[in-house]
Amino acid sequence: MSDFFSTLLDELPQVGSGLWVTVQATVLGSLLALLLSFALGLAAGSGLLLVRGFSRIVVEFFRGTSLYIQLFWLYYAMPQLTGYELTPLLCGVVAFGLNYGAYGSEIVRGAINSVPRAQYEAAVALNMTPLHRMRKVILPQAWVQMIPSFTNLLIQLLKCTPLLWLISAADFMTTIEHIRSLTGETLTAYLLLLAVYFVLAYALTLLMNLLERSAKRRLGLHTGARGLLKTRTAEAVATAGGAR
Amino acid sequence: MNTFDRSAAGEALPLLLEGFRVTLLATVLGTLLAAVLGLAIAVANRAPSRFVTVPVKAVMEFVRATPLLVQLVGAAALFTSVEPLTIGIVVLGVHYATYTSEVYRAGIDGVPKGQWEACRALSLTPRRTWQAVILPQAVRNVLPALGNYAISMFKETPFLAVITVHEMVFEARSYGADHFAYTEVFTLAGLVFLVASYPTSLLMRKLEKRLGH
Repeated sequence: MSDFFSTLLDELPQVGSGLWVTVQATVLGSLLALLLSFALGLAAGSGLLLVRGFSRIVVEFFRGTSLYIQLFWLYYAMPQLTGYELTPLLCGVVAFGLNYGAYGSEIVRGAINSVPRAQYEAAVALNMTPLHRMRKVILPQAWVQMIPSFTNLLIQLLKCTPLLWLISAADFMTTIEHIRSLTGETLTAYLLLLAVYFVLAYALTLLMNLLERSAKRRLGLHTGARGLLKTRTAEAVATAGGAR
Repeated sequence: MNTFDRSAAGEALPLLLEGFRVTLLATVLGTLLAAVLGLAIAVANRAPSRFVTVPVKAVMEFVRATPLLVQLVGAAALFTSVEPLTIGIVVLGVHYATYTSEVYRAGIDGVPKGQWEACRALSLTPRRTWQAVILPQAVRNVLPALGNYAISMFKETPFLAVITVHEMVFEARSYGADHFAYTEVFTLAGLVFLVASYPTSLLMRKLEKRLGH
């Protein structure tokens, strides 16, 4: 036990940088996913069949082919095929972003559809431009509904980051694995890994709860402070639009 | 730089399909375990005593918020004498049970309160209440959502390759490493996943509509 923690202290700089890689992959991956969610989700509601169809195909492709295959494809197959190589971290960010962006687009689509029809009609009656209508009326209301689902997706994404270990990015799991192999303290190592991921997940949930509260406030809906501490990692039953 | 080599793809395909059998086996058994265990957790969560519900909830939150890969690798390193496939199925099943229990919870919440009261009025035992009245109504509504979790578990089985279960991605990686044909094997493996999961998710959506969701 003490052996493990003394080695951990010795290797603290590496552990720190490993944790930083994991955080980077999570943050950058989810930013890319957020961007794609909105792009694909808004395209799915477009009046043009071509745009709608394109979004549908991209979404089904990335949801259907499994994240692991996509990650390995980017890491192993793409350099062979194109001669262009991404760093492991970048591979992770791109794969996480594309995969979770596809799932996120369903969230965006569902939330926009759930804004009452009368809100659209009122905005049209007030002679708002489509852009103005989206920005001032529809999105603020849809955004509140998106946040809980986005929280789930964010936690899912965080839980996938140990995959970086497999494509030899020096992430947090890699560094702890290294210390484990040095000391042979299997149980301690994995319990520590699980605990740290749990803390990260909980911190992200708290952050998203704050975001949800401020979004609700802006709509004039008030929420109690107790809701801030709630974990919300379970998904709702109504998995709108099929499998996640 | 090379291009897609069709002969390598043709050679790898039987191997991949062989691995696909293991993938399917793990998915089916893992889903069954998740379905049963999830129900048990959901019922335990409704126990009248806090000494039951609080620990169950805490363990559930922990398992749900931590990475599957770490759980798998950890379990495989701790139980070296158990077969990797068994470990994989158990870990997948337990991990997903924490999700399916939430599905059951919603299903159980969806049973009208009057049903509980009627059971009490008829002085049914708790066991009879669950067995004869609540669960038959709850489980029916829950089936499509369970199907969705089965699909997502299917797409997570590649994790099992890490603990040396010979499923599809394991076969793909070893063939790719031997013949330096990663492009072919991973493209094929992705296509197999797409071909298997997309029709299933369409089917699930249809089922969901039919059951009135």
